[in-house]
Amino acid sequence: MFYREAGDFKTSYRSDGQTFPIKLDRWGYYAVLVVAFGIIPFIINDYWASAVLVPFLIYAIAALGLNILTGYAGQVSLGTGGFMAVGAYAVYKLMTAFPDVSIVIHIVLAGGVTAIVGMLFGLPSLRIKGFYLAVATLAAQFFLVWLFNKVPWFYNYSASGQINSPERTVLGWAVTGPATSAPAKYLICLCFAFVLAWVARNLTRGMLGRKWMAIRDMDIAAEIIGVNPLTAKLSAFAISSFFIGIAGALLFSVYLGAAEVGEAFGINKSFLVLFMIIIGGLGSIFGSFAGAAFMVLLPVMLKNLLVGSLGWPTDLSAHFELMIVGALIVFFLIVEPHGLARLWALTKEKLRLWPFPH
Amino acid sequence: MDQLIYAIEVVLNGLMTGVMYALVALGFVLIFKASGVFNYAQGVLALFAAMTLVGIQQGQVPFAHMINATFGTHLETFGWSVPSFLAILLTAVVMVLLAFLIEKLVLQHLVGQEPIILFMATIGLAYFLEGLGDVMWGADIKRLDVGLPQGISDSIEIATDKWFGYGFFIDRLDIWATAIAALLVAALVAFAQYTKQGRAMRAVADDHQAALSVGISLRFIWVMVWSIAGFVALVAGIMWGTKSGVQFSLSLIALKALPVLMLGGFTSIPGAIVGGLIIGVGEKLFEFLIGPMIGGATENWFAYVLALIFLVFRPQGLFGERIIERV
Repeated sequence: MFYREAGDFKTSYRSDGQTFPIKLDRWGYYAVLVVAFGIIPFIINDYWASAVLVPFLIYAIAALGLNILTGYAGQVSLGTGGFMAVGAYAVYKLMTAFPDVSIVIHIVLAGGVTAIVGMLFGLPSLRIKGFYLAVATLAAQFFLVWLFNKVPWFYNYSASGQINSPERTVLGWAVTGPATSAPAKYLICLCFAFVLAWVARNLTRGMLGRKWMAIRDMDIAAEIIGVNPLTAKLSAFAISSFFIGIAGALLFSVYLGAAEVGEAFGINKSFLVLFMIIIGGLGSIFGSFAGAAFMVLLPVMLKNLLVGSLGWPTDLSAHFELMIVGALIVFFLIVEPHGLARLWALTKEKLRLWPFPH
Repeated sequence: MDQLIYAIEVVLNGLMTGVMYALVALGFVLIFKASGVFNYAQGVLALFAAMTLVGIQQGQVPFAHMINATFGTHLETFGWSVPSFLAILLTAVVMVLLAFLIEKLVLQHLVGQEPIILFMATIGLAYFLEGLGDVMWGADIKRLDVGLPQGISDSIEIATDKWFGYGFFIDRLDIWATAIAALLVAALVAFAQYTKQGRAMRAVADDHQAALSVGISLRFIWVMVWSIAGFVALVAGIMWGTKSGVQFSLSLIALKALPVLMLGGFTSIPGAIVGGLIIGVGEKLFEFLIGPMIGGATENWFAYVLALIFLVFRPQGLFGERIIERV
């Protein structure tokens, strides 16, 4: 009734294999894009940009990256925070060393630097797997944070040990630095998120994505049918780190403006992004966005409810948030291991049959 | 010569720290052996146990903070203080209760899932328990004192001063911790070897299906193992809490226990001890010898990098069972 695919016929393999094979989905997707690019930039204000939309887009990119590694290639990583720090420090060094080059190029290059670092730390994945690997990635997390803290070259010998993003413009609009307007911040993050989601979607449904999934589902069997585990695992680490590096670069340069590595990219960031993909849905592009939206909105909503309405002190509501997040993780793992993405798919199934249950 | 004596002191202190790591790692090994669950929440369990102990000891009202915020009351304490021994007993009861609830609400529903899913579930559990502990007892740093001796041991300082011409500074608490840890390990080994429940636990660890078919209740064993792990967490919590106060950083010790396990092997109790000692001594020595050259604070990452390098050459750890994979 509401959600329909009847009469939506395919006449070629090409149209059958596209990302949104159902017309309703496709138009819905275009509508979302039109709203995101055409309407929100004109009505966005500072509060919405800094509290919800910009962090949502940046974390969505990070979640996409981790989802490629954990959801598609099955390599659990707790080093996300460290890799985001690599992206942030890379973009900072590039911004200060080559002030005349466009910031967009810097951000992409920062992703490239992170990809190389990610591959280095991905090397042990050839010998160890599962939670052994998860612990090994902790080495990346702690070592990288320590490195950026201790080597003054990374923060240009500044007295505070912080990094501050100088003002850079894209097409005459300031996107970093204190003079940035909310629409400019939002649009640059949106452009990156859009392009990267598109790339991720097409990578994961192509040959590379199938190799990753084969390794995830049963690595030895995959090896026997001719998937090279070396290239599959390392490419997953590289591409995942590329995404995470870009997220880190954006988080520092566009969103935070100034960052101290232990605070901004600590182990909590790693868990935050991991929770996003568990709640959103492992191995799903939509899930990365849904999970990021959920984890960004939850603290804002809880704060409004508990502090604003009930008048609780902030620290108490923060502790409550921990409890709720923890309970939700367990709940999703038990009840719906495929996360919000699966719930969304189930909703569509139900709507397709509505009003008849069978 | 002076350098050498300093180094010996560093090694001794490292050994003591290693015992502390081993205590936390023990809880991991127990649960992993009996149920194949890699319990990330072990460190938070230790924090929770220590918080509860302090709370009971000082007669704090649970959830006082929340009740005050909601109803505008000013509850703080019941006004009594419970003796240490009784408080420890009561905390142990709470930990058993907690183990029962965890089995009932979480583990029971996740039987047969992949290990990595179980691991992530315990991360969720860790967050929940951390929030619960803070809401129940307040997040401020608390002093924990159950009457364990503390401070520099004078007799050792004097004795070593006489022998070497240099007095070693060794905390008496560390010596006690070592003794208690040794006792705990002996008790656990005896329990596993000589009691009916201990044998059932080992049977479950070997093969769930086979254990079930000879009439061992998996659920009872799991509750029991989590209770024991809770008890070990309590001991670890008392030690760490007495040493550095009951605070959030206690739960981060769980993260330190992970490389200890990887080094020692996930399934081996001696492995946890040896791994703990290696990491404890290793990170202190590394900080002493190499740290000044590269900026210090190497303790943050040394354990992980050591474990990472070690794993590449021996993925099952020092004492772990060899991992054999079949398709």
